Amino acid sequence: MADANNRISETVKANDVVLFMKGTPLFPQCGFSSRAVAILDHCGCAYESVDVLQDMEIRQGIKTYSEWPTIPQLYVKGEFVGGSDIMMEMFEAGELQELMVEKKVATTS
Amino acid sequence: MPMSATEIEGMIRAGIPDATVEMTDLAGDNDHWQARVTSPAFAGKSRVQQHKMVYDALGGKMGGTLHALQLTTALPS
Repeated sequence: MADANNRISETVKANDVVLFMKGTPLFPQCGFSSRAVAILDHCGCAYESVDVLQDMEIRQGIKTYSEWPTIPQLYVKGEFVGGSDIMMEMFEAGELQELMVEKKVATTS
Repeated sequence: MPMSATEIEGMIRAGIPDATVEMTDLAGDNDHWQARVTSPAFAGKSRVQQHKMVYDALGGKMGGTLHALQLTTALPS
């Protein structure tokens, strides 16, 4: 588990925006992950994605890392932002777009 | 075993005093739920903290037994 924790930590530090999800952005494997991908695409930001279905250690480890029980999970500049429900709430309020611009990770605003 | 709306609502209300919980069956299968939780206890908390309070109330069922709960939290208006 310590190894999974280190790998997650490295991934989150090495990429400005990381989405831990089920499946890939082209083929999301659950409705919540699919929604998270659609939101990020609308935000116009480049992001790294990690398919937790390909790695059981990461799938479990990410829940401990963030103290958050569900997947997807979004990280921006090393900080946990939330799951798909929070992403949707923030997106609808314009807060997610603001955060992306503020953190200088969006390609368009 | 999927959890019933009454069961989910009961756990949330037991964990968060004064919470109002509205449950919506998203798929009509008694398994895909939307919960809208309104409580004064969310005052001053971030969205992540508010959702964590609800997850705590659900005592580890979230992500396991409850794999498809869409959650919205709000302060009473």
